[in-house]
Amino acid sequence: MIWLVGAVGFWLAAWAVNAQIAASPLGQRRGGRVLVAALFGVTVLVLWEGLVRGFAVSPVILPGPSIIGPKIAGNLGTLWADFVQTVVKGALSGFAIGAVAAFVTAIAIDRSPFLQKGLLPIGNFVSALPIVGLAPVLVMWFGFDWQSKAAVVVVMVFFPLLVNMVAGLQATDRLSRDLMATWSASYWQALFKLRLPAAMPFVFNGLKIAATLALIGAIVAEFFGSPIVGMGFRISTEVGRLGLDMVWAEIAVAALAGSALYGVIALIESWVTFWHPSQRK
Amino acid sequence: MKDTLNIGQPVIEAKGLNLVFQTGDGPVHALRDVNLTIGKGEFVSFIGPSGCGKTTFLRCIAALEHPAGVTLTVNGMTPDQARQSRAYGYVFQAAGLYPWRTIAGNVKLPLEIMGFSKADQEARVRKVLELVELSGFGAKYPWQLSGGMQQRASIARALAFDADILLMDEPFGALDEIVRDRLNEELLKLWARTGKTIGFVTHSIPEAVYLSTKIVVMSPRPGRITDIIDSPLPRERPLDIRDSKAFIDIAHRVREGLRAGHGDD
Repeated sequence: MIWLVGAVGFWLAAWAVNAQIAASPLGQRRGGRVLVAALFGVTVLVLWEGLVRGFAVSPVILPGPSIIGPKIAGNLGTLWADFVQTVVKGALSGFAIGAVAAFVTAIAIDRSPFLQKGLLPIGNFVSALPIVGLAPVLVMWFGFDWQSKAAVVVVMVFFPLLVNMVAGLQATDRLSRDLMATWSASYWQALFKLRLPAAMPFVFNGLKIAATLALIGAIVAEFFGSPIVGMGFRISTEVGRLGLDMVWAEIAVAALAGSALYGVIALIESWVTFWHPSQRK
Repeated sequence: MKDTLNIGQPVIEAKGLNLVFQTGDGPVHALRDVNLTIGKGEFVSFIGPSGCGKTTFLRCIAALEHPAGVTLTVNGMTPDQARQSRAYGYVFQAAGLYPWRTIAGNVKLPLEIMGFSKADQEARVRKVLELVELSGFGAKYPWQLSGGMQQRASIARALAFDADILLMDEPFGALDEIVRDRLNEELLKLWARTGKTIGFVTHSIPEAVYLSTKIVVMSPRPGRITDIIDSPLPRERPLDIRDSKAFIDIAHRVREGLRAGHGDD
């Protein structure tokens, strides 16, 4: 009972403090906003811990942060190896290959109406294949190591990137294209000076969607065969051993990695598409 | 004064120009039997209600539309050849500045495409921005400027590569009358300084009469020329010339031409 009351009490107190900060001049500054967010995060952890202890929830159902935290601290080596295997080798390389492939295909589609009719439906078809069916096949083709995971990621990210890229290349208005025509610009000049810059808001939408897909793909693909390292491998084996604290540790790492990847892309987006109405300051 | 108006080599010549658009409702006669000669250094306005083909005619000159059969020459060439030899600068209804480029970057864009040297690009950008009185604004982005300033930047962009012909499609249509008066005055000064041949689409009678040495009155369905008026006004035109008898007479004749064109639909 004392845990429940304590957790709820902390929640209400933190809430009040945050409301104070947000209303004060400090809340308008960057430091103030970071403080509010940090306090909110701490509150979630305290509330989680209090509820788990207060209701005596079994650690197999839901371990508290006081169990997960030390687990992370005690297994940094393993978590790092899993992170490198799954995120860096599997997800990021697949993401990069998929992005380049989508880019090249989008240009090819743009140049040729014949390909537009042929390639888009094929891309659509591939993206409609269920990942749990495709992953084992790709593991057979490319082996147990990260290459097969990268292949799964390529398949997952290719289509959303392609669709956004193709839409982006068609996003210029007639006036902008007429201007290029009056200057007798070549196809490639118009592409690099007008259509690619104009496509960037679409491209970054695609990249943000694909970033989260890449992580999911790389983790899930490891369920279908992997060396004895990797986040998906760790999750599936630890579940079998009822080591839920380790599962949660991997989830925490995956959440951090996914947020960081998304954040980096959003940051690059704000540099590249600073001119777009949604980004103007 | 008058003899300085009508001399000059023919720069743009249309002989029996026809343009038909195929639409869902059947063919639309955008232009029928258009005959017109524009001499070097002339300021020609095209005026008429929407759908009369004035913009379409300008787009034909610019090779943005392609009428069947070559009955139109620009500098003695087909419009396509003229476009490839960079014979004209085109100013559209909207400024159409690319938002990811600064004002200077936008003005520089056609120069980059046409392969001018880096040093030449800088010099030309500086010169034309000065010409349209935007010298201090080169580093700004288009969305940070007013509509009038954006349109001036787009004129600078069309002037940057120094083509002999300037085609303008209702460039001041979206601006309020005070800004418009000022830009009209500046345009006349610019025309006097550069000696360019200008084709100017408008649906404002005072604007057409104030600016032009030749006014082409057009009417719709099918798009055609109903009257061509050679203006007797001198080249030097203060704003208050608009209260003169000569000015009012020409404006009257334009209005009559527009009304006659409307009578038969």
